[in-house]
Amino acid sequence: MTRNRSISVVAGLVALTTLTQCFTNRKNEGEKLYVANCQSCHMEDGSGLRGLIPPLAKADYLQLHREELPCLIRHGISGEIVVNGQEYNKEMPGLERLQLDDVTNLLNYIQTNFGNDNQRYTMTEVEELLESCPAH
Amino acid sequence: MINRNKLSLRRLLFAASLTLTAGMFYSCSESAAEEAKLPILGNREPVERVVEGQTVVDTLYHQIPDFAFVNQDSQQVTQETFAGKLYVTDFFFTTCPTICPKMKSQMLRVYEQYKDNPNVLLLSHSIDPTHDTVAVLKDYAARLNVTSDKWHFVTGEKDSIYDIATKYMVTAMEDEQEAGGFVHSGAFVLVDENRHVRGVYDGTKPEEVDRLINDIPVLLKEQNDQK
Repeated sequence: MTRNRSISVVAGLVALTTLTQCFTNRKNEGEKLYVANCQSCHMEDGSGLRGLIPPLAKADYLQLHREELPCLIRHGISGEIVVNGQEYNKEMPGLERLQLDDVTNLLNYIQTNFGNDNQRYTMTEVEELLESCPAH
Repeated sequence: MINRNKLSLRRLLFAASLTLTAGMFYSCSESAAEEAKLPILGNREPVERVVEGQTVVDTLYHQIPDFAFVNQDSQQVTQETFAGKLYVTDFFFTTCPTICPKMKSQMLRVYEQYKDNPNVLLLSHSIDPTHDTVAVLKDYAARLNVTSDKWHFVTGEKDSIYDIATKYMVTAMEDEQEAGGFVHSGAFVLVDENRHVRGVYDGTKPEEVDRLINDIPVLLKEQNDQK
């Protein structure tokens, strides 16, 4: 009886650990993608680089252009943009190889970190937005 | 009697504390004196010469040769630009997608720290001079909001830039395999008024740049003492 109970306790713990680990990993996915693909230019704290590289931290652009962001991540951007009242003009390369779930995780990470508290995306939403990317 | 004892005890204590303080002072100033000199980096060769019939051996230190580049204001920048000053130099290119933004954010820390000191200058060489024209560099510097009398962004003959990079002991070369098309180190190099390299720091690491920011006054003091 005691043995049975201890076995079930152990089994329960193992299941719980595996599950939380699963969730934790998924949760860190966006951060990993950010570190690998964005951080060298947008910096660890999302502050960007003065007038050269726009900030992500508390950037109005994230809300004003929310629906364009999936395409922007995948295909990059060039030309003038205005972020928090400051003009920027530097080409950002696209991340063509990122899959749908990667784009979603990355965007959700950016929208909810660096002092941002913006609406998250669902995968379906990102999928639809990616389907209607303008010619690039 | 009791009074005298008290007095001498007090004197003893006073003398002891004085010795202690002096000792502390001495040891402190001694270690400070040891620290107060940065090494001269690079190859050195002994050079023999004869003085009054005696052979004397001098050490010839590695020295940055003459150079001539053009900065963001189309002004020529040469070794004369830095005469009597110390400077921090690096190699980058404006379209670099990897370590350059980090390097520039760290160089900005040095800039902010010493922007009011006329004896400290900054020199950034473009290793992609074909793309990084004077106009491109001018826009780049303006967007960083830095002044050209303090921070020179230079372009020039590609070969001359790659050649001088080796003199600063920095890696810089074209490589199609590399992101952005160039491979280069993120080093910040500290150069004194005699064009000797006095420190090499990893410009992508904040703690290394802290070290540079702390080394600059040491070198300034040395240069000042020699005047």
